[in-house]
Amino acid sequence: MTRQKFSLVTDVPLILWLTFVWGALWQDFGAGTLIFGLIIAFVVVNFFYLPPVGLSGRFNILAFVSFSAGFLVDLVTASIEVFWLAVTRGPALRNAVVAVRLRSHSDLIVTATGHATSLIPGSLVVEVDRASSTLYLHCLNVRTEEDAEAMRATVRKSEAAFIRIMGTRQELAELRAEESVS
Amino acid sequence: MLTDVVMSILLIGGALMSLAAGIGLVRFPDLLSRMHAATKPQVLGLLLFLLALALETGSWPLIPLLVLCWFFQLLTTPVSAHMVGRAGYRTRHLRQDLLTIDELDDVVACAVVEVDRDDPAHEAEGVDGRQDADRRDVPDH
Amino acid sequence: MTVVIYVVQGILAVAVLLALYRAVLGPSLLDRVLALDVVLAIIAAALVLTMIVNHHTDHLILLVVISLIGFIGSVAVARFITERG
Repeated sequence: MTRQKFSLVTDVPLILWLTFVWGALWQDFGAGTLIFGLIIAFVVVNFFYLPPVGLSGRFNILAFVSFSAGFLVDLVTASIEVFWLAVTRGPALRNAVVAVRLRSHSDLIVTATGHATSLIPGSLVVEVDRASSTLYLHCLNVRTEEDAEAMRATVRKSEAAFIRIMGTRQELAELRAEESVS
Repeated sequence: MLTDVVMSILLIGGALMSLAAGIGLVRFPDLLSRMHAATKPQVLGLLLFLLALALETGSWPLIPLLVLCWFFQLLTTPVSAHMVGRAGYRTRHLRQDLLTIDELDDVVACAVVEVDRDDPAHEAEGVDGRQDADRRDVPDH
Repeated sequence: MTVVIYVVQGILAVAVLLALYRAVLGPSLLDRVLALDVVLAIIAAALVLTMIVNHHTDHLILLVVISLIGFIGSVAVARFITERG
């Protein structure tokens, strides 16, 4: 169990995040708390290490904000929709397991897309094929092939948003090329 | 007065999300559809409740803890839902007759045939075979 | 405001009863885990409600703990069921 040396891109965001957690738990962001939190975060990152996350090194704040707003709207409408289905449709529900092939092969993007898809009520990741980066989703109230196709389009759209936020430059260029064609 | 009205709306909205989970749990026909109703509206429900709490206390040092609380839920619900869903699918806890499309079924059937062909011993000790399959996914470091 | 609090308490009580109904009836172990997860989430909501009514924030840390316990519990059971087949 050896690990490569301290790397700036993967460890610094993690240390900052852990320091923030420490401050939030104490409900105090004074210098003393933060410095102590920083020390603890450093110790935790170096002793209880996890497999490093492959970050691309870029993060687009603007894309993130617009994605978050869209995400919240989706969350509210989809929650109400599931409520409505539970009350009106109930036992007469028809579902489907749909395969969605993603563009990216980066673990981070696939995981983030799966998370966002799972959080929107009405779709749930049942299985992931990592080799071909395919998500198998269980979707509520899918009756026809058109519904399934609409579901695939939504997932690929949220993947595109994640590539814009934190994909590598190469993925971003491929996405742009794909969009200019269509 | 205005904060009271907003708070009332937030609280009732959040409580209705819990009710949605309850109704969905009782009315939906199989495990995986119940899971949609059970886990996800809670995310919005907790968000609304925490917003109401933030409005009520109105103290700034509290906000990061509320954000943290919701963020942990955002991170953990999809993972536990995925784990339960995967266990449900693999142990056939879903009703095939309720599915209009099932694109995973063929894939799983192929994978099982492949494992059997690679090493017949896996058939006898299925648990070990599955663990190997899981381990293959872990990258080497 | 007091009326709203009573209404919210009523809705949460109905929700918890529905979830417990599923937990008692649930045909499989996974159904029960799911239902108890919902019960846990409703308990968290009720904790927030008590904090709002009594004007304090002492239970916030319990919210974090509850969400983590719910997570570990359902993952452990799901893992157990997958292994057992």
